[in-house]
Amino acid sequence: MSTAIEEKTVTCIVCPSGCVVRVVLKGGKIAGISGNMCRKGTDYAKTEVINPMRILTTTVRMEDNRLLPVKTERPLPKALIFDAMKELSHVRVKAPVKIGQVVYPNVADTGVNVVATRSWK
Amino acid sequence: MIDVAIVGGGVVGCMIARKLSRYQLKVVLVEKEDDVASGTSKANSAVIHAGYDAKPGTLKAKLNVQGNPLYDEICRELDVPFKRIGSLVVALNEEEVNVLEELMERGKNNGVPNLEIINREKLLEMEPNITSESRAALYAPTAGIICPYELTIALAENACLNGVDIKLNSPVIGIRAESGGGLSVETPGEIIHTRYVINAAGLFADEISRMAGAEDYSITPRKGEYLIFDRRFGDIVNRVIFPSPTKISKGILVCPTVDGNFFIGPNSNDVREKDDVSVTLQGIEEIVRGARKLIPRLPLMHVIASFAGLRAVSNTNDFVIGASKKVRGFINIGGIQSPGLSAAPAITEMVVDILKEEGLELKEKSNYNPGRPQINKFRLFNNEEKKELIRRDPVYGRVVCRCETVTEGEIIDAIRRPLGARSLDAVKRRTRAGMGRCQGGFCSPRVMAILARELGIDPLEVTKCGSGSEMLKGRTKEFIETGGVKSAK
Amino acid sequence: MQNRELVIIGGGPAGLSAAVEARKLGIKDVLVIDRESEPGGILKQCIHTGFGLHIFNEELTGPEYAERFIEEAERLGVEIMLDTMVLELTADRRLVAINSREGLVEIKAKTVILAMGCRERTRGAINIPGFRPAGVFTAGTAQRFVNIEGYMPGRKIVILGSGDIGLIMARRLTLEGAEVQCVVEIMPYSNGLIRNVVQCLEDYDIPLLLKHTVVNIHGRKRVEGVTIAEVDDDMKPVMETARFVSCDTLLLSVGLIPENELSRMTNIEIDEVTGGPVVNQRLETSLPGIFACGNVLHVHDLVDYVTQEAVLAARGAALYLASGSKKYEHIPVVTGDNLRYVLPQRINVDAVLEGKVNFFMRSVRPMAKAELFIESEWGVIKSRTLRHVRPSEMISIQVSRDEMIGSEIIKFRLQEEGGRVEHGN
Repeated sequence: MSTAIEEKTVTCIVCPSGCVVRVVLKGGKIAGISGNMCRKGTDYAKTEVINPMRILTTTVRMEDNRLLPVKTERPLPKALIFDAMKELSHVRVKAPVKIGQVVYPNVADTGVNVVATRSWK
Repeated sequence: MIDVAIVGGGVVGCMIARKLSRYQLKVVLVEKEDDVASGTSKANSAVIHAGYDAKPGTLKAKLNVQGNPLYDEICRELDVPFKRIGSLVVALNEEEVNVLEELMERGKNNGVPNLEIINREKLLEMEPNITSESRAALYAPTAGIICPYELTIALAENACLNGVDIKLNSPVIGIRAESGGGLSVETPGEIIHTRYVINAAGLFADEISRMAGAEDYSITPRKGEYLIFDRRFGDIVNRVIFPSPTKISKGILVCPTVDGNFFIGPNSNDVREKDDVSVTLQGIEEIVRGARKLIPRLPLMHVIASFAGLRAVSNTNDFVIGASKKVRGFINIGGIQSPGLSAAPAITEMVVDILKEEGLELKEKSNYNPGRPQINKFRLFNNEEKKELIRRDPVYGRVVCRCETVTEGEIIDAIRRPLGARSLDAVKRRTRAGMGRCQGGFCSPRVMAILARELGIDPLEVTKCGSGSEMLKGRTKEFIETGGVKSAK
Repeated sequence: MQNRELVIIGGGPAGLSAAVEARKLGIKDVLVIDRESEPGGILKQCIHTGFGLHIFNEELTGPEYAERFIEEAERLGVEIMLDTMVLELTADRRLVAINSREGLVEIKAKTVILAMGCRERTRGAINIPGFRPAGVFTAGTAQRFVNIEGYMPGRKIVILGSGDIGLIMARRLTLEGAEVQCVVEIMPYSNGLIRNVVQCLEDYDIPLLLKHTVVNIHGRKRVEGVTIAEVDDDMKPVMETARFVSCDTLLLSVGLIPENELSRMTNIEIDEVTGGPVVNQRLETSLPGIFACGNVLHVHDLVDYVTQEAVLAARGAALYLASGSKKYEHIPVVTGDNLRYVLPQRINVDAVLEGKVNFFMRSVRPMAKAELFIESEWGVIKSRTLRHVRPSEMISIQVSRDEMIGSEIIKFRLQEEGGRVEHGN
């Protein structure tokens, strides 16, 4: 395993302060965190550096060509967002749709479902 | 064989087309853009000048003064708004007061009626927002305002209705004298054989003349930039307000529009390219500085659009109108800069006379219709009329452009009329949808959908102003596979 | 002529929230008029998350937030008249509206709530030089194309203005496979929320160019590129720094303007700073019985605040219906140092007796730390220390009856602490 030292910066979004947090990584492990003004910044920066997660919101097409807004039920790894977009670009949903309904399960093999964020009659 | 082919669908070309459509003639008008009024005629000061400005003895002076009074009838027949609100040339110092007197003298020589120099008190009473520095003004009650593209479209619609064949998207790429007499006009789609060609090509009139082997003259594009303001401030001035003129131009004016807005401009700068209608930072500053001399408190936060137009300035500095001495049947109308719009009706009369002299026989049609199908301008109707209109046709109950209160019925009509709109700008010029304070932010997706539906085309094919100006680039999801997809960091 | 108890103009978040609250307060006859074919307003196209944290304590998307209110409005028997445009409103609350079904509808309302929202500032309003080709859109129009109509306005995009809609669209278009070249912002700081700067731009390596603007638009028929340049401290472009950026689309996210054409027609007093009506703490305008809430009143950063404000307007309408029109005595609210505006602009003295007043305000520039002072003619009545003040984020504070009683003027001012700080992103 490499023991190279790496430094990453993360802008914390927990509060409006927007602290720029410096994270030092040694061999892929966190060796130091600085620049944040509070404890929350430490946790945020850790997740951001190790495994950043995002909710994805987008649209899928209905069979009648209307657009259905959707979101991932939970955050998914940021790195997989474009894979998820590619998968969803082929999805066709049949009306009617109820808000919260799963329209695509296990997107990008993440175990996360994609659900409708509006109802369509 | 066609009798007359008109090159150019500006105000002059369309007015001549309309005039000739009352006679038993075969007339074609070719226009290179996707709509008429796409060049100088859509972007100018929209003023019908009284006629004191041009030097006595010039065609400009003569045709302006003759053209002005003809507008009442034309606009009545075509139901085009025209307001004879009068103009004021404002003097800010003694020297300029002398200029007013010269102008008045010149105006009298040109035959302009009812000119009057008014004092400061009278001026401030007439125009309360004018600068307190003003000394006096030349008042010309016969000056008026019009919407130049609405006029041009109305003329073209009427010409269409009376049998003129208007060919859009048809740039002229060749003109030749035929050995057996007559001329051929070539466009990418066809060759038109005609007895006469009228060159009303505006900025390109010199190129068309040269193409035909007719007289050699040059047209220089001279740009004028404008700022147009929110209708809320439309009453900042009541008349066309000019500064005292300099040798080069009539100066930067402050002027109401027939649709209730007001604008400032134009400046005056020669440019190299005949399609350079870009607005510049310096230009905006220049016209704001100029206009502030007349109206110090301009609501600059409420500008809704800036635009530029190009004047077609000939090297003779006067209109170039006449039958070619070199090419039989070819008639030039070049250098129609200000007061070209004001002079257009008189230019038309002059061209008809030239055609007669050149041997064209003009026999009146029995079925000539001077008007055009009525336009239901919903916003100008009273509540009873609105009620009745929606009852008759429910599409008038749907407002598409909320800034200008334009209904779906009006947009459908604009597409289905003679010479119907084919692009967003063409709908805008016919209905005002997208002309308001939000500049189409709200209504353009809706107008695009109506255009696609009415024309039976894919929404991706809808353009702003003809081929090459498509509004949309694709469908969602389409670029995901093909586009330059980045991976998230 | 229909007679109505409460007519709400606009069925977006403000109008729907007000309608729901009005029904809960026992107003029987509530009519919402909306020009679209569905209620929900702009939320329908805001498919991203970030809505509802204050009201529902969860992070919803725009359509989800809207659907909750639409369902509740239906459940409570709110009448919603769709595809209908209000053309006229008079001071005595007569309305003229039109639609295709009923034609021209005339209504006499006992109370009216204005909830028409706002519109986007355009290119003309900021005078960008250049040509006028296809491919210049406001960010909200582009959002409608992408999220509702299903079309891409462009493939290669430059965004002018770093307001939240611009940032959100930068991400949205990137996800759909477009290439966002950069976001250009004339101010030295972003006008959007930090989380949007991070999650919409930084996540996708989209450069945010602060202190830059677009100085030219190229292309006769379709946008072919823009020239961008740095600006100096007076926001004048430094032409030596100008450079060409190739793109087929320019999106404008340069601010929102409350949509008060109807209010102006009715001669309601308008605050030229907020662009919305002048109101008291019941959100009653200068015309008795006419209330206003949401973005028509002033532009909000969070929809949750719109809902809270709509609740106040509905309460105002209910009180008015219960007690009728009265001539109130008002004391002025003054906007002092470092604040752009304070809302409400005046306080109805009688209503003060009812309890607390919520004040909303915006600072003129970002400050790391500041002290907010609330003063009457007697001196400071309240103060609060604020951190991370930004013009894009509304400041709100409650002042109680006891703190205000007996005052003839209420003044707000903001004092920066620890000197001026450049607070960029």
